[in-house]
Amino acid sequence: MNAFTAIVHRDLLLVMRRKSEVLTALFFFVIVTSLFPLGIGADTALLRKIAPGVIWVAALLSTLLGLQRMFAADYADGTLEQLVLSPNSFTVLVFGKIVAHWLVCGLPLVLLAPVIGIQFDLDVQSLKALMAALLLGTPVLSLLGSVGAALTLGVRGGSVLMSLLILPLYIPVLIFGAGAVYASNVGLDITGHFSLLGALLILALAFVPWVSASAVKIAIE
Amino acid sequence: MSNVNNLSSSHVMSWFKFSSPSAFYPLAGKMIPWFWALTIIFGAAGLWVSFFVAPVDAVQGQGYRIIFVHVPVSWMSMFIYVVMATWAGLGLILNTRLSAMMAQALAPIGAWMAFLSLWTGAFWGKPMWGAWWVWDARLTSELILLFLYLGFIALQASIDNVRRADKAGAILALVGVVNVPIIYFSVKWWNTLHQGASVSLTKAPAMAQTMLWGMLLMALCLWMYSIAVGLMRVRAIILEREAHTDWVRQLNEVKH
Repeated sequence: MNAFTAIVHRDLLLVMRRKSEVLTALFFFVIVTSLFPLGIGADTALLRKIAPGVIWVAALLSTLLGLQRMFAADYADGTLEQLVLSPNSFTVLVFGKIVAHWLVCGLPLVLLAPVIGIQFDLDVQSLKALMAALLLGTPVLSLLGSVGAALTLGVRGGSVLMSLLILPLYIPVLIFGAGAVYASNVGLDITGHFSLLGALLILALAFVPWVSASAVKIAIE
Repeated sequence: MSNVNNLSSSHVMSWFKFSSPSAFYPLAGKMIPWFWALTIIFGAAGLWVSFFVAPVDAVQGQGYRIIFVHVPVSWMSMFIYVVMATWAGLGLILNTRLSAMMAQALAPIGAWMAFLSLWTGAFWGKPMWGAWWVWDARLTSELILLFLYLGFIALQASIDNVRRADKAGAILALVGVVNVPIIYFSVKWWNTLHQGASVSLTKAPAMAQTMLWGMLLMALCLWMYSIAVGLMRVRAIILEREAHTDWVRQLNEVKH
């Protein structure tokens, strides 16, 4: 537990020292979502309809932007090897890095989402659904993304390759996340969507840190 | 009793012998012509049944006959992914080189099957539904399966260290195989939620016995084809990876 908090703290500290990298991903999220109305037109009924999909796709892409950073710097300077050698469970350490990534790249999206939602003329009910869906969905994105980040460590063209590997795996989150907002928009029951998002989160929490840890070990062996 | 045990253990030993590339290479070479022969036999029989024996469909006319290619390639595309992930997983657990080579050899065949399934599906969809593409659950998940294959191939191709490429590919294949059912059901439920087009593949009428036979024969033909091509590809991969060894240099086909 101590090692876990230490690694989260360390990763957050590193981010605070270099804020620009994280802010770039967040600005990307804001800019991409703001471009859609410009490309499609300001018809509010249409915007309300496409808002869930647009916001979720932008969230997927901006999560991808931050993923490369999860292990790359530590891999380059040898920190990862030291972490593997440390007496603490490497899976717990990897989980700490994933949590740090989510705090930096996932949580801000949840907090930014209502502002973007207002641009798309979503009502209060849908905004709440959007935030709740992102709160459940973005951790899954960080978790699954860590597998891609670990597999493409130190590989030529790694970041492009990673999006090819990871985006297909993101599809269930996209479907249920955007589906929840859409359903709330048209007044349907949304509990099913949230149950499924929760199930995905639990599954990912149970297995992914372990898979990522073994993927990192393969990369540095 | 001990005799039986001895026998079975020697049996097991002889099977494990072929997990070494140098023992498997000549065996695969001997098997390939047989699988090609079976491919041709099943293919000829399957095509004959599907074109001349199977009756014309009451609703869809002659156009439905693409089903005899479309359905077997779709089956194969899904089945090969599972086989590929199994080989990759075996390679990861047992650390056998040949298993990883098998997985690597199967990936392009599976991707090809997935592509053929989408392509023939489009040819079938145009006359029957009036559209090349519909966001039906099966079409969408087949497309995603193709993406998963391409991801596996791309990952293996971009890592220079062979051992690492094998292991990384194995992890990706295993993650993919867990995700395939999740993706399938999510796409299926998404489809029922949005329900844009009102076409359904599941409302197909009960199939005539001969149609089923045609499909089964074609599926067997594709099985044999996949095994034959898989063995050929595995032999090529073995030669490529073992190029530095003596036994490869001693081979007749390498010497000349």
